[in-house]
Amino acid sequence: MYPIVRKEIFSPTVKLFDIKAPLVAAKAQAGQFFILRADEKGERIPLTIADFDREEGTITAIFQEMGAGTKRLGQLEVGDNILDVVGPLGVPSEIERFDGPVAIVGGGVGIAPIYPIAKALKAAGNEVFAIIGARNKELLFWEEKMASVSSKLIVCTDDGSYGRKGFVTDALKDVYEANSNLNHVWAIGPMPMMRAITNVTRPWGVKTIVSMNPLMMDGTGMCGACRVQVGNETKFACVDGPEFDGHMVDFDLAMKRLSIYKDEEKRALAALEHQHQGGGCGCH
Amino acid sequence: MSLKQRADRQGMPCQDPQVRRHNFQEVALGYTKEQAMEEAGRCLQCKKPKCREGCPVEVLIPDFIQAVADGDFAQAAVLLKEKNALPAICGRVCPQESQCEAKCIVGIKSEPVAIGRLERFVADWEMRQGATLPEQAPRKGKKVAVVGAGPAGLTCAADLAKLGYDVTIFEALHTAGGVLMYGIPEFRLPKDIVEQEIDNLRKLGVEMQFNSVVGKATNVHELLANGYEAVFLGTGAGLPNFMGIPGENLCGVFSANEFLTRTNLMKGYCFPEYQTPVKVGRKVAVLGAGNVAMDAARTALRLGAEEVHIIYRRSEKEMPARAEEIEHAHEEGVQFQLLTSPVEIIGDENGWVKAMKCVRFELGEPDASGRRSPVAIPGSEYIMDIDTVIVSIGTGPNPLATKSVPDLELNRKGNIVADEDGRTSIPGVFAGGDIVTGAATVILAMGAGKKSARAIDEYVMAKTAEKAI
Ligand SMILES: Cc1cc2nc3c(=O)[nH]c(=O)nc-3n(C[C@H](O)[C@H](O)[C@H](O)COP(=O)(O)OP(=O)(O)OC[C@H]3O[C@@H](n4cnc5c(N)ncnc54)[C@H](O)[C@@H]3O)c2cc1C
Ligand SMILES: Cc1cc2nc3c(=O)[nH]c(=O)nc-3n(C[C@H](O)[C@H](O)[C@H](O)COP(=O)(O)OP(=O)(O)OC[C@H]3O[C@@H](n4cnc5c(N)ncnc54)[C@H](O)[C@@H]3O)c2cc1C
Ligand code: SF4
Ligand code: SF4
Ligand code: FES
Ligand SMILES: [Mg+2]
Repeated sequence: MYPIVRKEIFSPTVKLFDIKAPLVAAKAQAGQFFILRADEKGERIPLTIADFDREEGTITAIFQEMGAGTKRLGQLEVGDNILDVVGPLGVPSEIERFDGPVAIVGGGVGIAPIYPIAKALKAAGNEVFAIIGARNKELLFWEEKMASVSSKLIVCTDDGSYGRKGFVTDALKDVYEANSNLNHVWAIGPMPMMRAITNVTRPWGVKTIVSMNPLMMDGTGMCGACRVQVGNETKFACVDGPEFDGHMVDFDLAMKRLSIYKDEEKRALAALEHQHQGGGCGCH
Repeated sequence: MSLKQRADRQGMPCQDPQVRRHNFQEVALGYTKEQAMEEAGRCLQCKKPKCREGCPVEVLIPDFIQAVADGDFAQAAVLLKEKNALPAICGRVCPQESQCEAKCIVGIKSEPVAIGRLERFVADWEMRQGATLPEQAPRKGKKVAVVGAGPAGLTCAADLAKLGYDVTIFEALHTAGGVLMYGIPEFRLPKDIVEQEIDNLRKLGVEMQFNSVVGKATNVHELLANGYEAVFLGTGAGLPNFMGIPGENLCGVFSANEFLTRTNLMKGYCFPEYQTPVKVGRKVAVLGAGNVAMDAARTALRLGAEEVHIIYRRSEKEMPARAEEIEHAHEEGVQFQLLTSPVEIIGDENGWVKAMKCVRFELGEPDASGRRSPVAIPGSEYIMDIDTVIVSIGTGPNPLATKSVPDLELNRKGNIVADEDGRTSIPGVFAGGDIVTGAATVILAMGAGKKSARAIDEYVMAKTAEKAI
């Protein structure tokens, strides 16, 4: 059992948990994720390790309520237990002292996973330009935390309700114009955003790392649900990634694969909303 | 009695195929007491029982069968368990026709004695009585770590616990059983049977740490440094192979592991009460013809597919699945496209599978080994309308654990190199089951776990003696 020790509500659909999971916290590194199963009937849900505290033995997760799984998760409170937590999973980000500044771009809940990477890059002595963006002010979080781990922070909202109005791609272009020696870009967020960023950086020839979030189940390389096409190769994001060279990723295919269970997800959500009607599934 | 007079082998009572293809309850219902005693009476009680040579763990076959014939089922259970810690499981899933029963003398003139079904009968009978725990040696105060809770790890852990060791199992998933839980379906191996066996292990004092991926949360050298005298690696062959043909990443192409795990481990057949979705279209192609393929095909039927096709490159004879599974699949309406292989999976504009291009084969001239290998027939390509493809062409070793032990010797395929008793290139590190042999069988994995337990005991005892000097 893994107790929730802190809960923060950023917006009606974006929430933070600190979860006691000492063995995961002890080994967690930037770029890694974990998988939780809230209860016996729950799905295995992959979430990024947005932060960790080795002394307290806690890991931080920030999640957006999307469907039945994350909505049920959001109903849990401090003191409630999560049945299963497994991690840290995935290959850590390759952090080094780069020759030239680096840019870190986080969109939506993608702000959560870029924080530990920015922190590690800064600690390694890099000049870190951070760009965070969301649709509107309500969906933004961790501005101060991001500021503390970056040399410069640009905040954008699509609707201009906070920070500069516009997309993170535009902010990145400005950063590049002022710093053409930009060495590396990390971009994490919804797939369309990551694709847009890779399209911007491709002509510059700047290495761009994206963190893929395909469907996952076991997270140990056993099921292949998480396969992504990278160049001519098929990779399993849970064990070979989740970070890949964004210029090699087939985003079109990756986005289609995210929708495999769309119909079932709708049914699960409907079932959750009508939970109190009728008994079990009657199949056992 | 002459062989000719042997009575017919007792048939296995089964759910009606038309009923069972719509449910997940066990297909084979098990012998009645009368049937079991009748079947046991068919055994000749050979002085040199050939059947035992066919069993990888050398179950005391004639002895336990005699006890069944005498109606002394308790004694039968004791005899059976002397060599086989998980008889309720082996009785159900062993490929008997190529192991114990293949060697049975009665099988020469008639059908062999139904050793597996008798084994299952005895184990089920014992479970209903509430199994008694085996004797345990006094605690030694020594710790051993077992990685992976599949049949290899579970057997190794049980034997070490009986010898008095403090055993901790580290398992990546949220439950024990390995393939027994996530791969083999409920209708062939009910999960409460596996759970009972695991419960027995707990009663022996074995600790289980779930959600522990060795190679991530901890690693082998760390375990050795943290007071574990030895480590047993039973991490299995869990990495699905794909064919490498165009279209394999389209939506609607799943590995058998994904399809079966969603259904079995995550109880996708109870969706949406259980939240993990599983998808099956109307027309399903399963690539491969082993146990895994049969399980996937029959699961697809049960989840509501209208048509399920097994696509296999060789002929009926070469299908690696257990005879019983092939027969059950036929009865339930699975269709077999033999001497056929896919060359391309074709998608629609939304990235979903809509068809598959296949090519037909014929059996060529016998090769050096006498086997007639299949040769593609030029120009025989054809298109099959299909909306789901389940790839079931084998698995490789999962590298998560071994990658974290760079000094461990692996073979070309990534399997751990170990001797007969599970000793690897690193003293104190043992391995067995599918991670050593490649995908094999439950009973072989158990046999390997057993041998390793003995070797681990020897190793720890020798080390302790050395320290004492
Ligand atoms: C490595 C990784 C890290 C992630 N980190 C975060 C994070 O830090 N914060 C966050 O909010 N989200 C994160 N996600 C996405 C998160 O796992 C999904 O949003 C969540 O599983 C949706 O579940 P649901 O049942 O609520 O929604 P559903 O209604 O079931 O699905 C909504 C959509 O979410 C995606 N999804 C569904 N099931 C899965 C699954 N098993 N694995 C991955 N995606 C799925 C699909 O695109 C689906 O259409 C991450 C995903 C991966 C693979
Ligand atoms: C669908 C299917 C049907 C089958 N049918 C039959 C049959 O009818 N008869 C038969 O005899 N055999 C059958 N087999 C084969 C048989 O199940 C295997 O040979 C057997 O389970 C191997 O046992 P094992 O203990 O070596 O590995 P597994 O059963 O694979 O167990 C390995 C365990 O180790 C865990 N693990 C892996 N890596 C790590 C890590 N890094 N850290 C911690 N834990 C880890 C895994 O999660 C798993 O629980 C079937 C296999 C499948 C997939
Ligand atoms: S363990 Fe398997 S091979 Fe051995 S006797 Fe039993 S069924 Fe036969
Ligand atoms: S070979 Fe057949 S007949 Fe002989 S002891 Fe074994 S089971 Fe009985
Ligand atoms: S999530 Fe199953 S292999 Fe990656
Ligand atoms: Mg869901």
